[in-house]
Amino acid sequence: MSVSVIQDFNQTIPIDQVGVEERVSRLNKRSIKKESKLQALKLALSMIDHTTLEGKDSKGKVIQLCSKAKMPYAPMPDLPSVAAVCVYPNMVATAKKALRDTAVKVASVATAFPSGMAQLGIKLDDTRYAVSEGADEIDMVISRGEFLKGNYTFIFDEIAAIKEVCGEAHLKVILETGELETLENVRKASDIAMYAGADFIKTSTGKISPAATQPVTLVMLEAIRDFYRKTGTMVGMKPAGGIRKAKEALQYLVLVRETLGSAWLSPDWFRFGASSLTNDLLMQIVKQETGVYQSINYFSND
Amino acid sequence: MADRIEVLKTYKTYVGGKFPRSESDRTYRITDGKDNHIANACRCSRKDVRDAVLASRSAFGGWYARTAYNRGQVLYRIAEMLEGRKDQFVNELKLSGVKQKVALNEVHTAIDRLIYFAGWTDKISQVFGTVNPVASAHFNFSSPDATGVVGIIAPDEHPLLSVISLIAPVIATGNTCVLLASETNPLPAVSFGEVLHASDVPGGVVNILTGYRNETVETLTSHKDINALLLASRDIETGKLADENASLSVKRVVQYRAEDWFSGEHENPYLVLEFMETKTTWHPVGA
Amino acid sequence: MSDINTKEPIDKANNGSPKPTSPNADRKLDFASFWEYSPAPENSDHVEIDERYNHFINGEFVEPVKGRYMKSINPANEEVLCEFAEGTSEDVDRAVKAARKAYEKTWSKISGKERGKYIFRLARIIQERARELAITETIDGGKPIRESRDVDVPLAAAHFFYYAGWADKLNYAFPGRKPKSIGVCGQIIPWNFPILMLAWKIAPALATGNTVVLKPAESTPVTALKFAEICRDAGLPAGVVNIVTGAGTTGSEIVNHPDVNKIAFTGSTIVGKIIQKSVAGTGKKITLELGGKGPNIVFEDAPLDQAVEGIVNAIFFNQGHVCCAGSRLLVQEGIADRLIQKLKDRMETLIVGDPLDKNTDIGAINSKAQYDRILEYLDIGVNEGAEMYQSSCSIPDNGYFCRPTIFTNVSQSNRIVQEEIFGPVLTIQTFRTPEEAIEKANNTPYGLASGVWTDKGSKIFKVGQAVRSGVIWSNTYNKFDPTSPFGGYKESGIGREGGLHGLYPYIKF
Repeated sequence: MSVSVIQDFNQTIPIDQVGVEERVSRLNKRSIKKESKLQALKLALSMIDHTTLEGKDSKGKVIQLCSKAKMPYAPMPDLPSVAAVCVYPNMVATAKKALRDTAVKVASVATAFPSGMAQLGIKLDDTRYAVSEGADEIDMVISRGEFLKGNYTFIFDEIAAIKEVCGEAHLKVILETGELETLENVRKASDIAMYAGADFIKTSTGKISPAATQPVTLVMLEAIRDFYRKTGTMVGMKPAGGIRKAKEALQYLVLVRETLGSAWLSPDWFRFGASSLTNDLLMQIVKQETGVYQSINYFSND
Repeated sequence: MADRIEVLKTYKTYVGGKFPRSESDRTYRITDGKDNHIANACRCSRKDVRDAVLASRSAFGGWYARTAYNRGQVLYRIAEMLEGRKDQFVNELKLSGVKQKVALNEVHTAIDRLIYFAGWTDKISQVFGTVNPVASAHFNFSSPDATGVVGIIAPDEHPLLSVISLIAPVIATGNTCVLLASETNPLPAVSFGEVLHASDVPGGVVNILTGYRNETVETLTSHKDINALLLASRDIETGKLADENASLSVKRVVQYRAEDWFSGEHENPYLVLEFMETKTTWHPVGA
Repeated sequence: MSDINTKEPIDKANNGSPKPTSPNADRKLDFASFWEYSPAPENSDHVEIDERYNHFINGEFVEPVKGRYMKSINPANEEVLCEFAEGTSEDVDRAVKAARKAYEKTWSKISGKERGKYIFRLARIIQERARELAITETIDGGKPIRESRDVDVPLAAAHFFYYAGWADKLNYAFPGRKPKSIGVCGQIIPWNFPILMLAWKIAPALATGNTVVLKPAESTPVTALKFAEICRDAGLPAGVVNIVTGAGTTGSEIVNHPDVNKIAFTGSTIVGKIIQKSVAGTGKKITLELGGKGPNIVFEDAPLDQAVEGIVNAIFFNQGHVCCAGSRLLVQEGIADRLIQKLKDRMETLIVGDPLDKNTDIGAINSKAQYDRILEYLDIGVNEGAEMYQSSCSIPDNGYFCRPTIFTNVSQSNRIVQEEIFGPVLTIQTFRTPEEAIEKANNTPYGLASGVWTDKGSKIFKVGQAVRSGVIWSNTYNKFDPTSPFGGYKESGIGREGGLHGLYPYIKF
C-alpha cells in the first residue's frame, strides 16, 4: 500500500468512552433465540482458539487439548472443531502432530510473550522458531512501553519486521489493551498494527486484567471497518482472555455482525482466545438440542 | 415675568441609542391634569414599534455577550447618572402634580432599585443554576439564559420608578427591550432615555416609545421577533390582548400589576427569571 | 475419529450453514445475508387489556355521561385494541369538581411528608407493574418494547421517585420565598411517550400539593388508565388524580374550564398556540412543551462513530416521534461523505418491525394520520429536489411502518428542513465554520434541543451557548433524567419540566 494512505499516527482519533459503552450496552440487548442461537453457538465454537499458555504446560496437556479441539464433544460428532489451538513455541510441534490431517490450526504466541520485553532480534528468532516448528499463526505482542512513550514508529517497524519473518503464517497482533488503558490508544494501536501488516488484531495476552472487553472490541472492530473502507483489505479480530460464557460469546458475535457484517462471521476473520468458553458453549448447544440444562460434570475439562 | 425665557425640551423617543421623532411626525399634548400644557410627546406609530424592535434585536447579541460583571457595572452607572440628575427628575415628576417629597422619594427609590438589580447580574446563575445529578455517566448542568427581546408596557403611575422597576430586571441578564411609556405620563421615561444614553448602555438595549396605546399595543404584542412581554398597565383588556397576541409566536407573558411601586417586593430575582430560559447541557464523563 | 479428521475444513468451520459472503470489490459491508436473528417476541400473555375503559374520576372508574366511546388501534396490526370513554364537558366538569374537592378537603391539608409518601407508593407500583406497562405501551402506541421497557417505564417511575422526595422540601427550592400550591391542574399529554409524559406532568403537580385532571392522547390512552388503577391501589385520596379520556374537544373542555388554575400541555406547536390563546385573560398559569426541529451539529473533530450512534438516537428513537429529535443534521463539510457513509451502514442494521419483538429498533408509526403525514413529507422532500435514501430493511405488510430515511442535497428553505415531520426522517446539511453552523441551527422558530459533537471542550461551550435551545446534548443525544430540566426556547414552549426547575410551574408565592 502506498505511503500516502497511511495515516499520521501522531494524530489521535477521538473516541468517546461513554458513547462506546452505550453502544455496547444497546447491542447487548439483542435477544438471540431459537435457531439463531444454535447457529451462533456453533459458529462461536468454530471460532475458538483453544488456548493453554502456562509455565507448567506439558506435552500431555497439549495433546489432550488438541483432541478436545478436534472433537469438542464426542456424543455430538457433527459439531464443528474449534479454529485453532494456541500454545507456546516449544509446544507447537506437539500440537502440530496431534492435529495433523485436521482443519484445526496451530497458533503460537511469540515475541517474548507476554511482556514483549526483549530485543527485536530475540523476538524475530522466537517467531522464526515457532514458524519453523509448523505454526500456522503467530500471536505477537506489541511493545506497550514504547507505545505509551509515543514511539509509534518503533511499534510499526517491529510489527512489520515480525510480519516479514512470519512468511506464510498469519500474524495476529496482540495490543494488550489492558495496558493501553484508553480507547483512543486502542484505536491508534489497532491502526498501527493493520497498516504494518497484521492479519488479525487481538486484544490481550490473557495475563493482564482487564483482558478482552466489549467496548475495546467494538473500537477495534470499528478500526477494522474503517481500514477496510479505506484500503479494501479485510483484517481479522480476536478478543482474548476473560470470555468464559456462551452468552458473552454471542454478545461478541452481535458486535461483529452489526459493525462489520456477515463477511467477518467466520473463523477466517474472527476468533475467541479462550479456554473455558468451549465447555460453556457445548453445554448451551446440548441444552438447545435436548431442552435439558446441563452440568459441567458431563463435559471433559481439557 | 421671568428675567429669562426658559429653553424648553422637545421630547422625542429613544430608539437604537438615538433620539428620533416618531416617523409619523405626529405629537400629542401632555398636560398637568388641569389642561396646562407641559410638553408635546411623540405619537408613535406601528412603524416606530417596528423600528424599535429591530434596534432591540440588533442590540441583543452584543449586550448578551457582555460579561455579567460588565452588565452589572453598566446598570450601576445608570444609577450614578440618575443620582446626578436627581433634581431634573424631581422637577419633571412635580410637573404632573406630585409633591416634592413624593417625587424625591420616587427618584431615590428608583436609583436604589437600579443598584439592586445591578447586583443580580452576576449572581442569578449562581443562585438559580443547578448541577443535576443524572443517573448516567454524564455531567449535567442548567443555567438561566436571557430570552431575547422583551416588550414592556409601562403603567401610568410613578412614571420613573415603575419604568426603572420594569426595565432593570429585564436588561440585567442580557435581554433588550422596547418600552411603551405611559400614555398620560411619558415624560420621565423619555428623560430616562437621556440618562441611559449617558451611561454606557449600548444603543438599542432599551428603546422607549410614547404615544397612544391603541396605536402601538397591537403591533408590539403581536410582533414575532419579540420573545416576551411584561405588562404593568392596569388595563385588563390590554392584558388579554397581549395574551392572545403572544400566542402567535408563543411569547412568555408576565402580567405585572403593582399596587405600590415603592414596595420592596419589586426587588425580586424571580421577576428577573421570568425573562430567562433555562438551558440544560449534558456531556459524557469518560476518559 | 477418522471421519472427523477427514471432514472438509470449510464445512467444519461453518457447521453446514451457508458461508458468509466474501467481501465485494466495492468495499461494501453486508449486514443481512448471514445469521438472521430469530423472532424474539416479548411474552404478553399475562397482560390484560380491557375491552372497554371508563374515565377515572374521584377515585372510581365511571362511565361517560353521554355514553360515547372511542377506539384505540394497535398501529402494528391496525386492529382495535380497546374502547375508551369520550369525555364531554359534563365528564370534565365532574373531574374538575372532584379535583377541586380533593384539593380543598385533603391534598392541600396533608403534610408534604405524607404527600411524598403517596407519591413514593406510585413510583413503587409503577416499578412492580413495569413489565405490564411496557408491553401495554408498546401494543397501544407501536413503540419498540426495548424502549418502553428500558426508557419510558423506568424513567416514569424515576420521575415519581424524584418528585416524591421534593414534597416535604419545597421550602428549600425557592430561595427567599415560601411556595404555595396552585389548585387544580389540567394536563394534556401527547401520544409519543404516554406513561412518561403522564409522569412528567403528574409527579411535580402532586409533589407541590396540586390535584390533577389529566387527559391522555386519543391514540394511546391505556397506560394512563392503568396508572389510574395504580392510584387506586396506592390508596391515593379520591379526586387527587382524575383521568378523562377523549380527543381534542375533551382537551379544550379542560383548558376552558373556569375552575382549572393551571394548564400543562405537551404536544404540537399549533395546538399549543390555540391553548395559549384560549387562556388569554384568565390568569391561568400555563406550561407548554411543543415542537422542535433540533439541529444536531457534527464538527470534523468529533468522535465520529459515537456521533453516528448519536445521530441514530437523535432521529430514529421512538420512530422519530420525539419533539426534541435531532431531525436536522448539520455536518462539517470535510467529513460529510465519511459520516454519511457510516450513517448509511448503521441504518442497514436497524430492524424495523413488530414492536413487541425485543430486537426491533424502530416500531410502528403511531397512527394512520401520522403515517400519512410522514409519507406526505417524503413526497415533499423528493419534490423539493432532495435526495432520499432509505435503508433496505424489510417491513411488515400490515401496520404503519416507515423505513429510516435520510435526505441529502437539501437547503435551509426546504419544507423538510423547516417543518417538524415527527417521523424517522433526517435532513442533512453541511457547513464550513462554527458561525455558519450556529446560524443554521438558530434559523428556526423552534428552540427545544440541539446536539453538538466535537472533541474540543472550548468549542462545545461556545457553540452550546450560542445555539438557542433549552437542551444542549454535547457528544450525546436524547438523554433524559428526572433531575434534568427539559423545555424549549421560542416556539418550542414555555416553562421547564424535570429537575428543580420543574417545580416552578406548579407553585405560586
